[in-house]
Order: sequence, then structure tokens, then C-alpha cells
Amino acid sequence: MSKATLGIIISLVSLVVTVGAVWGGQRLIESRGRGAWKWVAVVLIVGSAVAGLLIPVPRLPIVNESIRNLFFHVPMWFGMIMVMLVSIVYSMQYLRRPSARLDILAHEAAKTGILLGVLGLATGSLWARYTWGAWWTPDPRLNAAAVALLIYGAYLVLRGSFRDDQQRARVSAIYNIFAFAAAIPLLFILPRISGNSLHPGQTGNPGFNKYDLDSTMRPVFYAAVIGWILFAFWLTQVSSRLTLLQHHHDDQ
Amino acid sequence: MRPETHPLPVLLREIYALLAKDFRLEWRQRAALGGLVLYVGSTVFVCFLSFSLRGGQPPAPAWNALFWVILLFAAVNAVAKGFMQESPGQRLYYYTLVRPQAIILAKMLYNALLLLGVGLLGLFLYTTFLGNPIQDLSLFLANLVLGALGFATTLTLVSGIAAKAGGNGATLMAVLGFPVMIPMLLLLIKVSKNALDGLDRGLSQQSIITLLALNVIVAGTSYLLYPFLWRG
Repeated sequence: MSKATLGIIISLVSLVVTVGAVWGGQRLIESRGRGAWKWVAVVLIVGSAVAGLLIPVPRLPIVNESIRNLFFHVPMWFGMIMVMLVSIVYSMQYLRRPSARLDILAHEAAKTGILLGVLGLATGSLWARYTWGAWWTPDPRLNAAAVALLIYGAYLVLRGSFRDDQQRARVSAIYNIFAFAAAIPLLFILPRISGNSLHPGQTGNPGFNKYDLDSTMRPVFYAAVIGWILFAFWLTQVSSRLTLLQHHHDDQ
Repeated sequence: MRPETHPLPVLLREIYALLAKDFRLEWRQRAALGGLVLYVGSTVFVCFLSFSLRGGQPPAPAWNALFWVILLFAAVNAVAKGFMQESPGQRLYYYTLVRPQAIILAKMLYNALLLLGVGLLGLFLYTTFLGNPIQDLSLFLANLVLGALGFATTLTLVSGIAAKAGGNGATLMAVLGFPVMIPMLLLLIKVSKNALDGLDRGLSQQSIITLLALNVIVAGTSYLLYPFLWRG
């Protein structure tokens, strides 16, 4: 099988997995009662944190022990992307069939995304300080993270500038979808085009590719990713339930 | 209901009518157009004055960065008044006459043409005052066209959103629009730098294709979303 076909198959599979995860996330966020998935989230996050600090890791120059940040920094970004996608889907559903509930769900998902984004930025900044020597570098991927947070900051500002509830819900849903479509795909493409990034990932930095192949790190990393994504859904569930209750209370 | 027998020709006719209306309005109230020209002119002149303190022409990277910053702010000012100058009654009147898709497409086209004019004027004033370090002029101009189109497609829907929020629309427009435009600006500035340095065009090819695709995505999303904005 050629490299190109393999790439296409991998992209298709990850597309299907993402769509499934967004759908599943919506079901989890809307679910009521105590689900076993919350225990799974606790076990995975605590387990990956403990294992992440204890397991032997490959000793690479410069990165050294700081490689353990991989179990915290990267899963937070995965969590953010998933919960932001969930927010977009709620916004689309709102435009098709407006209801206060869908607006609240989209808003709370976006807020969870912002929280995880800030955490991802903080852990990344710390990591950059110890490996690259600066808190912030003009790296395409760091710029992308900053742009994503600015967009969601603008989303909150926009929400704050309306007095009418329905107007706010509709216009902010439109901005949510528009900003995502206009900026986010490019944020994944730009680092690949620029080709001169220190940040590991698609742009090179061959030293880091060894981590992906390291068999002891891989299970812990995947556990952390799933754990943090579930945690993001959990947070959104709790905060949206609270806001929905407040909304019903205000209505009466 | 409107007759739906020939949707496309009707849409084109509506776009043409709206476009003609916008140009006529712009020409009749020349204050806005004059303000835009003066805005670009005075910014370029301020740049000229500050660079003349240190012996004339700025270095190419500064030339490039300032050019795009001036265009960006001129674009925000130019597009901001599009939806905001219309009164709610006026808006309602248009909406009874034409469909929302025609309104957004006509506005985007009008803004693109306006911004292309502003861009060319800016380039002319810029070369007059600050020199012309461009080595690949046709690539630079093609990039300018893509930039005008990109600014127009992005900012048109954003200005519609900001107009709905009321209050200080221009600030809100900057807050909402800038983060969305940063990726586009990065690409534009990169191609523009390549044109300034006269690098091989193959180096800019990928960025230009991405810019084109981005314009299509943004215009398509605006086209799909505007009817929802209009329902308010």
C-alpha cells in the first residue's frame, strides 16, 4: 500500500472517530444521573497522571524528564478541540431549531473549551520555557493556539453585548460557526505549510517522532487523552445543568 | 411568494441591482468615500514623516508590515459602515424586495471592489512616498486582489453581526474580525514578502492556493449563515 493511500485511510478513520466522539459527547453531556463514564474519566486521568510521573521514559537531549508533560499538555488540547466541536454542533442545531437549551449547551461547551485551552497554553508555555528557553515563541502552532483563544474570547464579548436573549443566542451561534469555519481549519494547515517549527508534530523536529513510537508511553498517553476528553464533557454537563436550572428558575 | 422558476438569473439580477444601488449611494454621499481616501492618505503620510527622520525609505520588512496594517484598518473602517449606515426600516424594505443571499453576495462583491480600490490607492500613495521595493509586481498585485477579496468576504458577515449587536459597532467589529483574519493575514504577508524579495513563484504557490480555498470557504459560510442573521 502506498504512503498516500495510507494517509487517506488514516484521515478518513480519524474523521469517523471525531464525528462519533462529538455525537457521543453530546449524548454524555445531555445524560442525567451518575454514569459509569465519570468513573472511567477519574480512573483514566488519575491513573495517567500517576503512571505518567512513574513510568520509565526515553532520555532525550534537552527534553529530558520534561517529556512527561506530554501526558498533560497534549490531552488538554484534545479535550479543547472535542468540546469546541461539540459547541459548534450545538450552534448548528440551534440555528435549525432555536431553543434556550441548545444555546446554553453551546455556550457552556465553549466555556469549557476556553478553560482547557488556557490550561493547555499554561502547560505548553512552561514546557517551552524549559526546553526552548522562552515562555512564548513566534511558532505557527503557538500562534494558532492564541488565535483560537482570541476567537472564543470574542465570542464571549459578543454574547455580552446583547440585551435580548433570542438575538444573542442566534447571532452568537452564527459567529461561533463562522469563526470556526474561517479560522480553525487553517490553523491545522498553516504549521504544515510554514515548515520551520520547533513544535513537534507534522512539521518535523525528528527528535520528537521517537516519542510516538515509544511503546511504554503510548498507552498512558492514549488513556490521558480519553480521560481528559471525558472530563471536558463532564465539566460541560455540570455547568450546563446548573445554567439550565437557573434559567428555569428565572422563568418561573 | 416569489416566482422560483429561474432562481439563478433572478439572483444575478438582484445582485446587480443591489450592487448598482450601493455604488450610487456611495457616489451620492461622497463624504464617506472621501473620508476613506483621506484616512489612507494621512496614515501613509504619517509613516512617511516618521521614516524620513531616519533617512527616507523603510527597510522592506517594515514596508510590508505597515502596508498590510494600513490596509487592514482601512478595510475595517470601509466595511463597518456597510450594514451600520442602513436604518432598520431601510433593511426591512430591502428584505421584502430581494432574498438574503443576494444581499450578502452583493455586499461582499461591493466591499471587495471598494477594498481593491483602497488597496490600489494605498499602493500608489505608498510607492510615491515610501519608495517601491517590489521586485515581482504582478505577484504582488495578484496577492492584493486576493487580500481585498479575503478582507471583504470575512468582514462583511462580521459587520452584519456587529450591526445586530448595536452600540459601538466598529470596536466590536475589530474584536470579532481580527482573530478570524490573522491566519489570512499571515498568508498574505508571506506571499507579499516573497513578491517584495522577488523569490521564485513556486514558493508562493501553496500559500496562494490556500488563500483561494480560504476565500471560497469564508464566502460559502457567509452565504449559508446570512439568512439566519437576517431573520432577526
